[in-house]
Amino acid sequence: MIETRIGDFEEVVMLILGILPKGETYAFRIAKEFSQQTGREVSIGAIHSTLDRLDKKGFVTSELVNSNGSRGDRQKRIFTVTALGKRVLKEALDFKVGLWKQHPSFAAKFNFG
Amino acid sequence: MNDKLPQPPRLATWFLHLFLKNELRSEVTADLLEQYDEKLAGTSRFRANVNYWYQVVHYFRPFSIKAFRAPTTQSAMMYKSYTKTSLRGMMKNKLHTFINITGLSVGMAVAMIIGLWLWDELSFDKQFSRYDRIGQIKQTLINNGELQMWSNLPWPLTGEIRSNYSSDFEEIAMTTNYNVWLVAMGENKLYENGIFAEPQFLNIFDLPFISGNEQSLNDMSSVLVSKSLAEKLFKYEDAVGKTFSIDERMDVTISGVYEDFAKNSTFAGIQFIGAWEMIYRKNEWKNMTDPWRPNMFFVYTLMHPGTSYQHASEKIRDVKLRNVNETLAKKKPALFIHPMSRWHLHDEFKEGKEAGGRIQYVWMFGTIGVFVMLMACINFMNLSTARSEKRAKEIGVRKAIGSLRRQLIVQFFFESVMTSLFSALIALLIVQLSLPWFNEIASKQMSLPWMNIKFWIGFFAFSVFVGILAGSYPAFYMSAIRTISVIKGVFKAGSGAFISRKVMVTVQFAISTLMIVGTAIVYMQIQHAKDRPMGYNSKGLISMWLPFNGTRERMDAVRNELINSGSVIGMAEAGSTTTVAYSSSSGFDWKGKDPNLSVDFNTNAVSHDYGKTINWTIMHGRDFSTDFPSDTSAIIINEAMARFIGLENPVGEIIRWHDHPLTVIGVVANIVNGNPYQEVRPNVYHLFEGYEGVLIARLNPEMSATQAIAGMEKVVKKFDAGAPFTFQFVDDAYQEKFGNEERIGRLSTIFASLAIFISCLGIFGLSSFMAEQKSKEIGVRKILGASVFQLWKLMCKDFVLLVMIACVIAIPVAYLFLSQWLESFVYRTTLSWWVFAGSAGATLLIMLVTISWHTIQAARVNPSQSLRSE
Repeated sequence: MIETRIGDFEEVVMLILGILPKGETYAFRIAKEFSQQTGREVSIGAIHSTLDRLDKKGFVTSELVNSNGSRGDRQKRIFTVTALGKRVLKEALDFKVGLWKQHPSFAAKFNFG
Repeated sequence: MNDKLPQPPRLATWFLHLFLKNELRSEVTADLLEQYDEKLAGTSRFRANVNYWYQVVHYFRPFSIKAFRAPTTQSAMMYKSYTKTSLRGMMKNKLHTFINITGLSVGMAVAMIIGLWLWDELSFDKQFSRYDRIGQIKQTLINNGELQMWSNLPWPLTGEIRSNYSSDFEEIAMTTNYNVWLVAMGENKLYENGIFAEPQFLNIFDLPFISGNEQSLNDMSSVLVSKSLAEKLFKYEDAVGKTFSIDERMDVTISGVYEDFAKNSTFAGIQFIGAWEMIYRKNEWKNMTDPWRPNMFFVYTLMHPGTSYQHASEKIRDVKLRNVNETLAKKKPALFIHPMSRWHLHDEFKEGKEAGGRIQYVWMFGTIGVFVMLMACINFMNLSTARSEKRAKEIGVRKAIGSLRRQLIVQFFFESVMTSLFSALIALLIVQLSLPWFNEIASKQMSLPWMNIKFWIGFFAFSVFVGILAGSYPAFYMSAIRTISVIKGVFKAGSGAFISRKVMVTVQFAISTLMIVGTAIVYMQIQHAKDRPMGYNSKGLISMWLPFNGTRERMDAVRNELINSGSVIGMAEAGSTTTVAYSSSSGFDWKGKDPNLSVDFNTNAVSHDYGKTINWTIMHGRDFSTDFPSDTSAIIINEAMARFIGLENPVGEIIRWHDHPLTVIGVVANIVNGNPYQEVRPNVYHLFEGYEGVLIARLNPEMSATQAIAGMEKVVKKFDAGAPFTFQFVDDAYQEKFGNEERIGRLSTIFASLAIFISCLGIFGLSSFMAEQKSKEIGVRKILGASVFQLWKLMCKDFVLLVMIACVIAIPVAYLFLSQWLESFVYRTTLSWWVFAGSAGATLLIMLVTISWHTIQAARVNPSQSLRSE
């Protein structure tokens, strides 16, 4: 949504980025977490391209780190949410909550605090 | 890197690296590998591979794709324009596009399937790494006055060669004939194919061992089993070290397991390999009276690198001759080494020399493949040129507004290459979908080599080549036409194009006629052999192979019980069923025999009821009978034998067999127990006081076959509870003799019909252009009073002439090839003129029906419509 500056999918990816432990926020791990959280399969490429877009907008940053696994040395690109990214997430939440509150059939039943 | 871990599909990784930005390569590869490992741990390798592909394909996104060096903007635009015009042209002329793509893709699919078939045939036995050095010792010998080739040899031969000629061979090994044995593991009893081999066998043929090694046959009681037999006997347990028994008299221990032999291997279907020593001792072959006499074994050799087969053959030529007795020496046995590369494709011998074999089918299908492809290309070219004439105006306008000739050439090539690439992809799909069905018919296990880079390179190179070939005429000829003349509307294609088109259509018809004749003759030959009198009544006759210890009394009891149960009306025992001849002998002598003549007659040990059960035809004399106790020294011979020994009235004559005098009491009609296309060999039937292993019974015709067999099974089980009850209908066994030829017949029918289909598509397309071109002429003629029939005749005339020329070319060629093919059969059908006339007629009819659609339509159009424009 233009108003919130991020789309739903981007929002979810950024949230997952925050949930995952430090050092595990690379494309494969995020894709796996996404599938576990949503129950929907997503390709690593889809996650990677979203992260790339968020990077261009300045909502996340990334750095290459070395690590080793069962197949020897490898490189991971670890993504982190920037301060701007956090603000955008908050804005997106506030915007939606604001709308919810105005909704006559829901506003009375839920307490959004 | 840990090498133990399975690697993801190489092709996928290659593809990924092809498009992925370099700076992303290492991280993405790592991520995908991690995903792959996780899938591997969670599911099967296949699923992991599929998932890997999925991931790779999903990386094909704008952000990750390498910036390809962009072509100059102008030519990029030109290609865009080429694509657009090509697509528009295709859409505008849907019939034309459809014909082009269908014809070409069917042609390519046929060529690909034939290619796979040829590949499979030519790679026969190539799984053995010493393929180039392996040979089999065989012999030629004179029997009944003709020089024959036998693969079987006597057992002392290997010892002889080892001690005297060891320097000529790196290795030599003997095996028994392929045979069916009763394999038993407790209550689990199975009939399985197996051989017994000397340990050296494993040094010649490298078996695909799962466990075990080259030393695994050294021990007398060791046995190697195929993976499928191991699974049948021991489910999923480790089979090595387990024991089972063979024929309930040899106890063996599994010392190794091998991957089943490939279907295109000489040893396909061999489920176990036992140690030679075991059967040698059990059968006490050591004590054989004349061990050089029986030919029962196969001998394989491994040549030293660089030694020629020819040279070694000459050295060992007379080894057998020097050792056999006087009678057998008359046969002049000569040994030679048959190279492995020729076992499968050159397996037929005539007069002691190689005389083709399957290789002729390899040539035949190869030729058909080339023909079909040629026809598809001809179509494509014909239609492209025909259509390009219609596009003369387009070219004129393009040139007038400044198009270069080079650009026009590229435009035409681009169009035809695009069409052929698209057709190639459809062809690939057709092949993939029809392959299981085709495998069934051809009795093969073929698959597309998806992972073979060479295949893909060939595939694309070929489709581009076809595209360029087909596009060459319009590209060069049409682009050179003079602008002014087309714009004025006076352009007409040169007569060169016209003649070449006619030549191409003639070639197509000629090939079609050739194929129709060929297929018809193949079928006639098969039918001819099938209609041949069998010499007995096979209806409801079944044969069983029972390895149980049957004495005379016991067999009588079995027979009585069977007949009492009502399921059979007759039963007999014999050494061979009616469709085969398992044994033969050379020890025959009779009055008036040329002392230098060496013979080999089939022999069959039978019980008294044999003739009655199979219902043979007695031509002279009488059948065996229990009323004559002297019949134990009597024989019945077949007509071929009566003719061969040349006695006026053979009944009552004495024939000596290994010096035992036997009286001929009857002559029976020939029973086809060998190759149904060849002459029946001389055959001797004699009584045998025992049980030779084959039981023949005629089912009660008043019962259903299943009912009768169930009844039989109950009785047989009573006498021998353990052995699996297996049987075969004699009818089925007889039909199997035609299997090879029928397969060839069916395949060539399919290919011939597809070839005809392709050529029909071609003339269908051509006739539509012709009808369109001549629409004005037709209109004028109609106004002047021509009838629809006259117009139809006018338009068909040209094509009919072409068909006639085609037939004149095709029929002599067909006659030449087919009479040569039929020569290989002694019992053959005649090439009668009406087959050729019929095929020519069929071609003509097919052609007329195909073109009538458009011609009649064109002839029926109201002339006012065709003449109104302009």
